[in-house]
Amino acid sequence: MGVLAKKKERREAEIPTSSMADIAFLLLIFFLVTTTIDVDTGIGMTLPPELDENVEPPPVKERNSLKILINSAGQVLLEDLPSSVTQIRGEVQTHVQNQGQDPRYSESPTKALVSIKTDRQTPYNLYIQTLDEVWMAYFEIWDNEARSLGFANYVEYRSNLEEGAENEIRKKWPAQISLAEPDPGE
Amino acid sequence: MGHFTKKSKAKPEISTASLPDIIFMLLIFFMVTTVLREQEVQVRTILPQAEALTKIEQKRYVSYIWMGPEKLRGNRFGETRVQIDDAIIEDMTNIRSIMYKKLTEEPRLIVSMRVDEESEMGVVTDTQQELRKGGALRINYSSKRDISGL
Repeated sequence: MGVLAKKKERREAEIPTSSMADIAFLLLIFFLVTTTIDVDTGIGMTLPPELDENVEPPPVKERNSLKILINSAGQVLLEDLPSSVTQIRGEVQTHVQNQGQDPRYSESPTKALVSIKTDRQTPYNLYIQTLDEVWMAYFEIWDNEARSLGFANYVEYRSNLEEGAENEIRKKWPAQISLAEPDPGE
Repeated sequence: MGHFTKKSKAKPEISTASLPDIIFMLLIFFMVTTVLREQEVQVRTILPQAEALTKIEQKRYVSYIWMGPEKLRGNRFGETRVQIDDAIIEDMTNIRSIMYKKLTEEPRLIVSMRVDEESEMGVVTDTQQELRKGGALRINYSSKRDISGL
């Protein structure tokens, strides 16, 4: 027994700790690299509430709504005229900023409406592109408005808005995008 | 030899210098594992690219719906399916009750639709109709920034 005890006493009983920090850092770096903190970006929309069969939808004057139809073959119809996705932005801006001048376009920005209708076979990608163009049209209008108010762009205007304050630009140029009711079953 | 005898006299001590590191390691471990919930997406979702993007700042209000071709074995893809949380939705009419339940838990719910870019609008429209029936009206078409345009 005595021999054994002597042996134990002699043994080095220290764990080298200098590398511990390195291991921890290594792990930290590993997780930092592997985790993707993906910021969720997307195009926000508000769906219309479910239709009440007894209540008629509010009437919209023909001239106030800009109809965009994307059919199953991926063709874009702007007010029944065949066109391309790239034309949408300009057309939406003319429509919204018309101020009642051209009888084909809207009466005023607050009354202007953009209606998007799709088919069941419409490619989703094309729908997003269309929606993107419509939103970009509004973003550009808002940017212009913000610039006339002395801001660099709309984002700066919005970040300078006080809590609870009304967004005057959006009030003046409301983005009214309506997703048309789908056709009842084939 | 004198050197060795000196060492044998030293008392064995457990070093505490590494304790903070161990704590950090644990902290990192839990941060990584608890925040990200295990959610295996069973459908392919290659998001479309767009320009007019907005960030969703309030991530805790977000609930995801995945739509896209189902992932099959051997890198093949099946029919377009809808997935909410962990399960693939077999009956589309279930969506309204799922969303209604989520909405009662979180009234500020935002439904993020992660739809594969090769999908067709049919499934998206059907889901949207269900969302309207469930009352979840705030949606977001998840899309990425167009990298080629920059």
